[in-house]
Amino acid sequence: MTREAAVNAVILLLLVAVPGWALYADEPFTITLATRAVIFALAAVGLNIALGLGGLVSLGHAVYFGLGGYAMGVLASHAQNYTPLMEWPFVIEGTKSMPVIWLTAIVVSAIAALLIGLLALRTSGVYFIMITLAFGQMIYFFAISWPAYGGEDGLSIYVRNGFPGLNTLVPIQFYGLCLALLLIVLLFSALLARSPFGLALNAARQVPHRVETVGLDPVRLKLVALVISGAITGLAGALFADLNRFVSPTMLSWQMSGEIMVFVIIGGVARLFGPVAGAVIFVLLEHLLGGISEYWQVFLGIVLLLIVLSGKGGVIGMLAGRGRAHD
Amino acid sequence: MTDAILSTHGITKSFGALKASDDITLDLRPGEIHAVIGPNGAGKSTLIGQISGSLAPDAGTVRFLGQDVTRETVRARAQRGLGRTFQISALAMEDTVLQNALLGALGASGRPWRFFGSALRNRPLRDRAEAALDRVGLGDVASVRTAELSHGQRRLLEVAVALTLDPKAFVMDEPMAGLGSEGSKQLTGFLDSLRTEAPILLVEHDMDAVFALADRISVLVYGRVIATGTVDEIRADPAVREAYLGDAA
Ligand SMILES: Nc1ncnc2c1ncn2[C@@H]1O[C@H](COP(=O)(O)OP(=O)(O)OP(=O)(O)O)[C@@H](O)[C@H]1O
Ligand SMILES: [Mg+2]
Repeated sequence: MTREAAVNAVILLLLVAVPGWALYADEPFTITLATRAVIFALAAVGLNIALGLGGLVSLGHAVYFGLGGYAMGVLASHAQNYTPLMEWPFVIEGTKSMPVIWLTAIVVSAIAALLIGLLALRTSGVYFIMITLAFGQMIYFFAISWPAYGGEDGLSIYVRNGFPGLNTLVPIQFYGLCLALLLIVLLFSALLARSPFGLALNAARQVPHRVETVGLDPVRLKLVALVISGAITGLAGALFADLNRFVSPTMLSWQMSGEIMVFVIIGGVARLFGPVAGAVIFVLLEHLLGGISEYWQVFLGIVLLLIVLSGKGGVIGMLAGRGRAHD
Repeated sequence: MTDAILSTHGITKSFGALKASDDITLDLRPGEIHAVIGPNGAGKSTLIGQISGSLAPDAGTVRFLGQDVTRETVRARAQRGLGRTFQISALAMEDTVLQNALLGALGASGRPWRFFGSALRNRPLRDRAEAALDRVGLGDVASVRTAELSHGQRRLLEVAVALTLDPKAFVMDEPMAGLGSEGSKQLTGFLDSLRTEAPILLVEHDMDAVFALADRISVLVYGRVIATGTVDEIRADPAVREAYLGDAA
């Protein structure tokens, strides 16, 4: 086992053991915190596919996170109000079923990523960052000014949505569901990095002109990466809204985009478990320091700065040493 | 002319006031090595860029395998079988040597949309990649990170990636640059045998290599072809001696 694999195994163990202890010690709030961390991790695993593998510095991943959240909010609010989502040309009812909501969140954010990618990938560097940011702001202000789904105030859902065979109202069961999704997506992400597609994408990040010279299209590779990335972050958004039973434009804000990126950078860009480590550390700091000072984000900033300046590839890089995972 | 694999007709390209390609017409025939020589800044790489598709000519056409490919992308020309190597190595430095060769094999397969299954363990891809590495003598360093290769080894890997494509024509921009005399000799021997597989348009500064390899030589000065001919003809050409070769010939 490499050192990185050992570090990953420890993180995985913590993700099982800490909520397990919390259940035993009857500390439901700890389980909620862990759920928050796991969902953030999922969002960041999504971003890491675009950022780490594809080199796409997307400062607009809150778009997908928020769209996933609104997919949940819109479907569930129609279901709880017994009003159809749409009646013409065919009837679409709301739903309280998580699998349907997830699928919707994935499809909607994938489509958004496709459209944004088609435009943003015409540029690169700072322009790419700015375009993704601009799209984020556009959709954020749209959500604020559209009264049908709560506008600025957001949408509340009274009862958490359901999953066949589980009682999602029990914190540990919902946590287990989120963790299972995170593990599935981590597995997918690990496979993706080693796949022929991953190989080509990896090269497209480093030397796009080489990729063209062997007859492949680097822009299309990056576009597909962005779509996969957005879809995963969208799924996380649906879970996040379900955790809070609430969705608001905050989920679409550029601060949210920044936070998702911070998770990845703290943990380690392009590291399989980097986003997980980053999200866990973020939620811990938020909880521990947030209780002490309103300005806890200043400390977060210092942590971030130290990590970036050390140049070791995030926390995973510091613990596991340098070197890319896949060979 | 009719049996040329690759040809340019009146290629012209300006960068502002600078004419980097001035009415360049040349061709590459089956089984030959056609060397393009010329002083620094003569426009050799600019010519290669237009042949391979990364630069669009202002005027003129490029034909490959009987088709006009002037408006085609780099990708389309690669798919037709144009194998290019870069003057400045274009390799994925973070990846291993084998992964770089695999990229070529993947491009040749034309099927990059495979999201599952290991690229490294894919037999057809790997066989193709390893065969190319073995041919240039990089088989032993397949698992080394490309960033750790010597400059000369990177030049060889550049050639190996082109080999994985099984091209119908090679276009090589100074493959010998920085190889050292031993490495140059080796690569010269290799290119000599390669021409029977596919003809090579060879941009090169190393005159020993050019004189040893070239069936024909074109001399480029200030974007113009001032002479095309056999090694002996070029060596004897007074204009070429004055403009470029000096005492080297
Ligand atoms: N993108 C560009 N924009 C402006 N000028 C350029 C550009 N590319 C090349 N040039 C100029 O065109 C001329 C030809 O350049 P090119 O790189 O083709 O020369 P070369 O023959 O390959 O030289 P070398 O032997 O140094 O590789 C040079 O004067 C160069 O400065
Ligand atoms: Mg050049």
